[in-house]
Amino acid sequence: MVSKSTLERQMAAQEYKHGFVADIEEETAPRGLNEDIIRLISRKKQEPDWLLEWRLRSYRHWLTMTEPKWANIHYGPINYQDIIYYAAPKPKKPVERLEDIDPEIRALYDKLGIPLVEQELLAGVAVDAVLDSVSVATTFKERLEDLGILFSSFSEAVQNHPDLVRKWLGSVVPYNDNFFAALNSAVFSDGSFAYIPKGVRCPMELSTYFRINAQDTGQFERTLIVADEGAYVSYNEGCTAPVRSTHQLHAAVVELVALDNAEVKYSTIQNWYPGDKDGKGGIYNFVTKRGKCLGVNSKISWTQVETGSAITWKYPSCILQGDNSVGEFYSVAVVNNYQQADTGTKMHHIGKNTRSTIVSKGISAGHGQNTYRGMVKILRGATGARNYSQCDSLLIGSKCGAHTFPDIQVMEPTAQMEHEATTSKIGDDQLFYCQQRGITPEDATNMIVNGFCKKVFLNLPMEFAVEAQKLITVSLNLEGTVG
Amino acid sequence: MLEIKNLHASVGGKEILKGIDLKVNAGEVHALMGPNGSGKTTLAYVLAGRVNYEVTEGEVLYDGKDLLAMKPEDRAREGVFMAFQYPVEIPGVGNAYFLKAGLNAIRKHRGLPELDAMEFLSLIQSKMNLLGLDESYMKRGLNEGFSGGEKKRNEIFQMAVLEPRLAILDETDSGLDIDALRVVANGINSMRSKDRAMLVVTHYQRLLQYVVPDFVHVLSGGRIAKSGGKELAEELERTGYAAFEEPATSAAPVGP
Repeated sequence: MVSKSTLERQMAAQEYKHGFVADIEEETAPRGLNEDIIRLISRKKQEPDWLLEWRLRSYRHWLTMTEPKWANIHYGPINYQDIIYYAAPKPKKPVERLEDIDPEIRALYDKLGIPLVEQELLAGVAVDAVLDSVSVATTFKERLEDLGILFSSFSEAVQNHPDLVRKWLGSVVPYNDNFFAALNSAVFSDGSFAYIPKGVRCPMELSTYFRINAQDTGQFERTLIVADEGAYVSYNEGCTAPVRSTHQLHAAVVELVALDNAEVKYSTIQNWYPGDKDGKGGIYNFVTKRGKCLGVNSKISWTQVETGSAITWKYPSCILQGDNSVGEFYSVAVVNNYQQADTGTKMHHIGKNTRSTIVSKGISAGHGQNTYRGMVKILRGATGARNYSQCDSLLIGSKCGAHTFPDIQVMEPTAQMEHEATTSKIGDDQLFYCQQRGITPEDATNMIVNGFCKKVFLNLPMEFAVEAQKLITVSLNLEGTVG
Repeated sequence: MLEIKNLHASVGGKEILKGIDLKVNAGEVHALMGPNGSGKTTLAYVLAGRVNYEVTEGEVLYDGKDLLAMKPEDRAREGVFMAFQYPVEIPGVGNAYFLKAGLNAIRKHRGLPELDAMEFLSLIQSKMNLLGLDESYMKRGLNEGFSGGEKKRNEIFQMAVLEPRLAILDETDSGLDIDALRVVANGINSMRSKDRAMLVVTHYQRLLQYVVPDFVHVLSGGRIAKSGGKELAEELERTGYAAFEEPATSAAPVGP
């Protein structure tokens, strides 16, 4: 008979599968942060003056700010002067073709299962791979360009489409938005940029694989996606980082803009290194993600599966400015061992008949602490606005925790709000029932967890959903035969 | 097929079963009756292997093998099925998906090829009809939002699909209206065979009007107080369990 404590032990024994370190020659800036470092980053990237000024303005503002402490997470002090803010793999020669990429980097991506080669064509995925700070290669750019779609690293976009970048950068997440966004605005190294022109439906999933490689390197990527009138794009982001005994900081910013009748779907699988079973090491993930439904009938949909990081601080949000615009947030957050997650969303209803849906599923195991924090704000004048929120927590074992902090502010009398919340535990009775039908407790737990997450997984692109399911099985160490 | 010898079991340190002896052969249907708290459900759980039901003495042989040494899932794979009095709900896990996982785990254990979705669907079709379940049931979450009657029908449906050798039906009649009782009884009867044994745990005699047992046992105070044929159930219906209620002091047990 398998007791619950056996199950807990098995889960504690989880192993991080992407924990290898690639030996790539890095070009790094000295530790610490000051205006010279920012000038160095900007110079390395050959940025225009306005962008350097923006970075410096952000930095100077950041100096006046303090780290937010309101989240339900606990960690030691972060020494911002001990972080390396710029690391670039030294190319042996300029990269022009995929075949020219450093074989070490190629091998590393192969281990991660990201094929940067011809299979991509068949798979119909365009990958903009970001290794530390410099975008290594961008595939399919030309094919997308035929449709007028711009998809490149952020740095390239600054060079090739400075007007577009300048127009939208900081328009959704201003440089002074919050402590981590200000830091990112000062030092962001690279990231992805996508622009979908009027009336164009992006024919393939756009995808970026971020990866932190250099030791003691903070990664500060910045992503900007603009869907012009009537455009549609689905963007996938996956993240992994190697095993390090020290904590690493990751502070990203993602900005999405949807104009009239446009739709942006943004899916994330976050599998940064979570630390070991005793809570040693792991990524500190402080991320600001926000989308603005600027146009009428526009739609922004966030789907996230968060299984990694020692600490997750992340609230992908929607500003529903255009009339009839729609915001969605679907989330699965898993914590095991000593992981902590404080995650949720904000839905700002400004336009008339705006609608938002929030479905949050938190799974806690080991000593993990999982917090849902969500705000729904319906401003006066957002007549007919509607929100549906559902946040469910699932507990595995007796030492973990689930917390829910919903904040609902309705200033519009015609608005409608619905909020549902449940907390459940995988019970002995459920496991026994499954066992009585021939199913092992491990498979049963896996099945129950996947059933719990189903509503969110349904919103992921097919291959991503399969990966998410596998990842959760690995995170909870429930590898078995039922899948 | 099943041989229970001097079985003692405790739950939370309290002894519930105080020396059960029972032999069940293939092809037989045994009814296990008794007042509330007499240990009927405890016996069912012990046979199925529920955690925290601690066997303190005695043994249980299943086809000559030590049943109590097997994990619950292995007992199921060896053909022991329990229909629960209160089947659990597992939201988001489809009924069909769950049952297919169970069936394939059992088939794998027996060296049979696993069924794919199409084969599984054709297998369950006639059994769904038998229990009056339509396709929408299969897509719903396991017992999720099911009425009491639906849950019981689902239990018997699962039995029909898994085709156990020993079926333990725990209070399958409780909470059923007369029409649902007939459907469920019909499902149970269709499963009677010379290779299969059934242990029907029930408080009332009414299920036994439809599922006529070969033997009836009365459980009282953790022991089998009386055994007989189907007429014993009818007798109990007239006289009630008063004669079998456990006295406050330890009196000599009646029977077996």
